[in-house]
Amino acid sequence: MDMTDFRGLATVLCALAFVAVVFWAYGPSRKRDFDDAAQLPFADEEKQADE
Amino acid sequence: MSDQPVHSLPDYNLKVVRQFAIMTVVWGIVGMLVGVLIAAQLAWPAMNFNSEYLHFGRLRPLHTNAVIFAFGGCALMGTSLYIVQRTCQAKLFLSGLASFVFWGWQLVIVLAAITLPMGLTTSKEYAELEWPIDILITLVWVAYGVVFFGTVAQRKTRHIYVANWFFSAFIIAVAILHVVNSLAVPVTLTKSYSVYAGTVDAMVQWWYGHNAVGFFLTAGFLGMMYYFVPKQAERPVYSYRLSVVHFWALISIYVWAGPHHLHYTTLPDWVQSLGMAMSLVLLAPSWGGMINGIMTLSGAWDKLRTDPILKFLVVSLSFYGMSTFEGPMMAIKSVNSLSHYTDWTIGHVHSGALGWVAMISIGAMYHIIPILYGRKQGEMYSEKLIDLHFWMATIGTVLYIASMWVNGLMQGLMWRAVNSDGTLTYSFVESVEASLPGYIVRFIGGGIFLTGMLVMAYNVWQTTRVPQQLAVETAA
Repeated sequence: MDMTDFRGLATVLCALAFVAVVFWAYGPSRKRDFDDAAQLPFADEEKQADE
Repeated sequence: MSDQPVHSLPDYNLKVVRQFAIMTVVWGIVGMLVGVLIAAQLAWPAMNFNSEYLHFGRLRPLHTNAVIFAFGGCALMGTSLYIVQRTCQAKLFLSGLASFVFWGWQLVIVLAAITLPMGLTTSKEYAELEWPIDILITLVWVAYGVVFFGTVAQRKTRHIYVANWFFSAFIIAVAILHVVNSLAVPVTLTKSYSVYAGTVDAMVQWWYGHNAVGFFLTAGFLGMMYYFVPKQAERPVYSYRLSVVHFWALISIYVWAGPHHLHYTTLPDWVQSLGMAMSLVLLAPSWGGMINGIMTLSGAWDKLRTDPILKFLVVSLSFYGMSTFEGPMMAIKSVNSLSHYTDWTIGHVHSGALGWVAMISIGAMYHIIPILYGRKQGEMYSEKLIDLHFWMATIGTVLYIASMWVNGLMQGLMWRAVNSDGTLTYSFVESVEASLPGYIVRFIGGGIFLTGMLVMAYNVWQTTRVPQQLAVETAA
C-alpha cells in the first residue's frame, strides 16, 4: 500500500463517518430524545414556573 | 407564572457572568478604538505621532488581541458559563476557580496591552504574546475547562444541549492549539524562540491561526447562536438533528483548512491542495449551521420587525453565511493568487469579525445583561438605542467590507498587470496611492461601528443603574 492508497482510504473513511453521523442523527428512534434536548433552553424557566 | 417572575432564576453563579459581560463591552470599545486608530494611520500616516509605542506594527497586534481575545474571549467565557448553568440546570462548578478564570483572563489582557506596544512579540500572528504570558493563558484556560466541564458533569438534565457541545469543542481545541503553537525555548523573560523552523513553523502557525478562526471565532460563537437565537425568538432551534450533523461535520473539517493561508509558498503542493479542498467542503457545514439558525425564526419572522436584539442575531448569521461563502472561494488557489496579501483578506476577516462575531456577541449581551441585573430578558434601558446601535453596526460593517473589497481587487489587479514587454504596469507605491479613498471609507465605517459600541455602553450603564425593584415593577 503506497501513500496514494492511504489517501484514498482516508477519504472513504471520512465519507463513511459522515454518512454514519447523518444516519445516527436522523434515525427515527432518536427523534424524541432530540425533541426533548431542543427544549433545554426553556426547561429551567418552566421548572421554576411549575414550582 | 405571574407570582413567580421569569427573571428570578434558580441558584446560579451569575457574578462571574456579570463581570465578563461588562468587560465584553469595555474591551470591545478599547479594541475597536485601537482598530480605528490604526485605520486612521493607514489613511494619514502622521497619526502614529512619531511614537514607537503608537506605531502601526505594534498597535496592530494589540488591536487583534484586544478584539479577539479580550472582547471575544470575555463574551465567550461569560455566555458559555451562563448557558452551561441554565441548560444543565446546575450551579457553576467551583465558584472560586471561576473567579480565578475571570481575573486571570483580565491579567492576560492587561499584560498584552503592556507588552505589545513595547514591541515584545513572538511575531506569530494572533499568538504574539511572549512565553510567560502563554503559560498564564494555559493555566487560566485549564481552569476555565475545569469549571465548564465540571458543571456539565453535575448537570441535572439528561441531555447535554448542543450549545455546550460547541463550547466544549472550542475549549478543548483552543487548549491544544495554544499549547502546540506556543512551544518555544525561552532565552530571557521577554524573549523566546519557537521550537519549529521554516516551513514547519509556518504550517504549525497557520494550523493554529485558522483553527483560532474555526474554534475560537466560529465554534464558540455558534454555541452562543444555538442558545440565544432560540431563546430570543422564543422557539426551539429549527432542527436539532441538523445541529448534530452540523457539529460533527464542522469540527472534523475545520482542522484541515489551515494550509490555504500558505498557497504558493514552500509548503508541499499536496498540502496546499488538501487545504483548498477541505476549505471548499467547509461551506456545507457552515451553511447548514447558518440555515439552522435563520430557519429557527420560521413562523415568527414578524418578530424581526419589532425586536432589535433578534435583528442583531439574524443579521450576524447573514454575515456568517456571507463570510463562510467568501472564505472557501478565497481558498481556491487561483482566486487566492489575486486576493492574497491584498485588503480583500482584511475585508473578509472583518465581515466575519464585525458582522458575525461582534454582532452575535452584542445581541447576546443585550439579551443577558438585563437578566443579570434583575430584569426580564432583553429589557434594556432603551430599546430605541439598541435599534440605533443595530443600524450603526450594520452600516459600519458594510462600509468597511465594501471599501476593502474595492481596495483588494484593485491592488490584486494592479500588482499582476504587465505591459506587452513583460514589465510591471504599476509600481507598488502606485497601488498604495490608489488605496487611499478605500482607507478613508474604512476609517469612517470603523468609526461608526465604534460609536455604536459607545451607544451600547451608555445603554448598559443605564440598565445597570436603575434600581432592581423598579425594573421588576415595570416587568410585571
